[in-house]
Amino acid sequence: MGSDECESGGHKAEELTAQETALYDRQIRVWGVDAQRRLSKSHIMVSGITGATAEFCKNIVLAGIGSLTLMDQQLVTEEALQANFLIPLDGTDYGEKSLAELCCNSLRDFNPMVQVSFVSGNLLQFDGEFFDKFDAVIVGHSSSTTKKIINEKCRNRPKPVAFYTVDCRDSFGEIFVDLQNYTYSKKTKDGSTTKCCMTYPSIEDAIAVPWKELPKRVTKLYFAMRVIEKFEHSNGRKYGETGVSDLSDILNLRKELCASQALNESHIPVKLLERVLAAGGKEHPPVCSIIGGTLGQEVIKAMSGKGDPIKNYYYFDSYDGKGVIEDISIPIAT
Amino acid sequence: MDSDIRRMAIKDAKVLMVGAGGIGCELLKTLALSGFQDIHIIDMDTIEVSNLNRQFLFRKSHMGLSKAKVARDAVLKFRPHINITSYHANVKDAEFNVEFFKQFNVVLNGLDNLDARRHVNRLCLASNVPLVESGTTGFLGQVTVHIKGKTECYECQTKPTPKTYPVCTITSTPSKFVHCIVWAKELLFAKLFGDKNQANDLNVHSKDGDSTNHKEDVFERSSEENFDEYCCRIYDHVFGYNIEVALTNEETWRRRKKPTPIFIRDVLPKIKTKKNGILFENGSVSALPSVGLKNPQEIWSIAENTNVFLEALKLFFEQRKKEIGNLTFDKDDQLAVEFVTAAANIRASSFGIPLHSLFEAKGIAGNIVHAVATTNAIIAGLIVIEAIKVLQDVNNNYRMTYCVEHPIRKMLLMPVEPFEPNKSCYVCSETPLLLEINTRSTKLKDFVEKIVKNKLGMTSPLIMIGSTLIYEVGDDLEEDIAANYTRNLEKVLFELPAPVTHGTILNVEDLLQELSCNINIKHREEFDEEKEPDGMVLSGWTSQVDKDRTTSSSTEPQIKDNNVIISKSEEVFRNKRKLSEISKSDEAATGKEIDLNDDDDDDLVLLDEDPGHSNKMRKLR
Repeated sequence: MGSDECESGGHKAEELTAQETALYDRQIRVWGVDAQRRLSKSHIMVSGITGATAEFCKNIVLAGIGSLTLMDQQLVTEEALQANFLIPLDGTDYGEKSLAELCCNSLRDFNPMVQVSFVSGNLLQFDGEFFDKFDAVIVGHSSSTTKKIINEKCRNRPKPVAFYTVDCRDSFGEIFVDLQNYTYSKKTKDGSTTKCCMTYPSIEDAIAVPWKELPKRVTKLYFAMRVIEKFEHSNGRKYGETGVSDLSDILNLRKELCASQALNESHIPVKLLERVLAAGGKEHPPVCSIIGGTLGQEVIKAMSGKGDPIKNYYYFDSYDGKGVIEDISIPIAT
Repeated sequence: MDSDIRRMAIKDAKVLMVGAGGIGCELLKTLALSGFQDIHIIDMDTIEVSNLNRQFLFRKSHMGLSKAKVARDAVLKFRPHINITSYHANVKDAEFNVEFFKQFNVVLNGLDNLDARRHVNRLCLASNVPLVESGTTGFLGQVTVHIKGKTECYECQTKPTPKTYPVCTITSTPSKFVHCIVWAKELLFAKLFGDKNQANDLNVHSKDGDSTNHKEDVFERSSEENFDEYCCRIYDHVFGYNIEVALTNEETWRRRKKPTPIFIRDVLPKIKTKKNGILFENGSVSALPSVGLKNPQEIWSIAENTNVFLEALKLFFEQRKKEIGNLTFDKDDQLAVEFVTAAANIRASSFGIPLHSLFEAKGIAGNIVHAVATTNAIIAGLIVIEAIKVLQDVNNNYRMTYCVEHPIRKMLLMPVEPFEPNKSCYVCSETPLLLEINTRSTKLKDFVEKIVKNKLGMTSPLIMIGSTLIYEVGDDLEEDIAANYTRNLEKVLFELPAPVTHGTILNVEDLLQELSCNINIKHREEFDEEKEPDGMVLSGWTSQVDKDRTTSSSTEPQIKDNNVIISKSEEVFRNKRKLSEISKSDEAATGKEIDLNDDDDDDLVLLDEDPGHSNKMRKLR
């Protein structure tokens, strides 16, 4: 347990304090005391503060996790603030304070029982051991290379570290989940409890699944995101550094990829690619709220061991209003 | 590009938010971030500790302050240059009339009760302003769009009735813990601490409904009796003696398990006099510390329940004497919750019903809605997306969206096309209603209470027969006119200045809601006391029966908890606690009923009063 241990004094580990019971009353009615207790012992790290991750942080701090560690070296810019409600705009001089440091203060305010702190530095500079401190790592606003590297580090620890990525590009958002080998118990209809085991691929393995082996109706957004990702990677662009002027290059890339993957190009409509390109790194606050809410719920599920987790991609598109789960993994041969 | 068009629509919009609770906080934040410049927000509530786990704009230091005001101030910290106008008021207040509503481009609801939802629906229809409606409970939620003439209004579909229980189940034959809770809070608690003039069926009926001795003064403390003696006597009376009397009615127990009378001497052979209760941090009194209990999750033994009962009872008389006679059960009143928990458990034990913890009992007694921040955040995001569509006037692109816990066809957010207005909806179409009533024996008063207020949900009605005004509500009425209306209330329908008889058409209008409807009167002599307890039957409004109404492959969609309507999918309901209880309460609804309706502080009401008219309609979907 983190800092809340001192706060709660000498109470037995098995009981929540009166303070916790009063504060968490409504949610304990949803997921129970045991889940709440496990939640309060979980340690989460978030790298890349965006509108979506700010939403996520708010949600898990309110829920009462043990600790939250933020990492983002950026200084405050207009873009960084567009979908972020954690930074007051009251004319204070932010000075040399990083985004992570500034957000820390607001988050602490949301729930004094959660320990919120920040780490300086860049995600890639830390070795594997650093990640042992956490039960879950959330990566936002990062290149596909960074995602892969961090995912591998999380997978190679003695104790599994859950790994998530989250991207919101204007009208839609994507969540990726890697819980490695995840076991949880679940109540069945007749009231008994069964054990469920799930095996997740790494982000690298998921992306490598040949497109023609994917289930029939995978959302077009999945393919569009892979094309954009590839584009950003091979053109040395930063995350979200795209514009409509990239369309012709993107269409060439689409042709190339579809040919090699034996996928009909109509699965990645031009209009959709245009939309993603135009979005760049901009976020649309309602989409952040939805994606940040869903991600919050997923992390709460995994940390409390309660509820069926998403495997392994989730998309929300404000154009059709659907929130869809996609399983992008090689089916295990039976 | 798309985002620029969107920005323009948002920038010029003036929106009204109703509710600054769980959904409201999330909504206000998302609206502000999205670039809305002119937001008005109404909420009558103040901040409580149990709000803080999800209403993230509030802090502990804000407890007791206006939600609307604090939410406004909190959002202005990160978006200082927008206009937010807050109203610490009830949306049903007269200042929020049609003129007020007309200034907005869209109204967004984040409400917690059916009454207010219906009221806002009517004002939106009258002022022709689109409404985006929402609700959440636990992981479930929904967002709907209501545009006059284009999509169904909020009241085009029947809403679930409140959980009600037949009086005899509560007074004599409880079979579930909830029955014991209702007994403890509606009868026992009310009898001891509430208004003494209220009719109260506490005493168990023996043969022929003859109440035990009619000794009402059993609850009065005599001057020579000390509190300890008094509390023990009450205990023995309600848990011991009353059960013994009930047992004499053999007919009742022929097919039921007999209850066991519980007397204090059986439970606590040696009663010790205890110290006083201690004061909680916020000034509320608790009986728990002095009886050595603290974990609200724990199920107490019968002896512990007895101790809590006696201690709580005594504390009420010793420390809250002034309030006695005016108290009603409140889930935020610690001592009341303790008392009700203990009383319900002792009664449950009598009837062989499993006991429950204080935490569980509080949830049942307070009709507490499960709530988490994440669902509210998701729903708020969806509201803003629909609101933007409304502002951009993107035709035929509105969606009603269900948020579910377990995926349905891979989806956790499931959009559905909105339905067309129900042509027989008395609220958004001008369909007349039919009322069967005994015009020779029913007073105008009963009609106003049971039909105009309860069924039609009107707050300031005006009733006309032809050109004769027979009743009206208003603060500014002249004295003699008001007196005349009061006299009319006591008159039987056919004796009114303009007599109501078979074939009369009554016009009922609510000036605030600008809703008017005609009611055709059909005289009927007899009503079934069990099935038609109101002594009158309103009909003529049928919910749409729509084949493609379901959104999943299954056939029988259901209306759940509160406002959350979800097509029935086994997955959705697998984890849904209490659902079966809710539907079962329909069957049990016979005879006199006890209304369990009680607002929660947040998000969603539980069950609403019946806006529909007959039981069969409720089944429809």
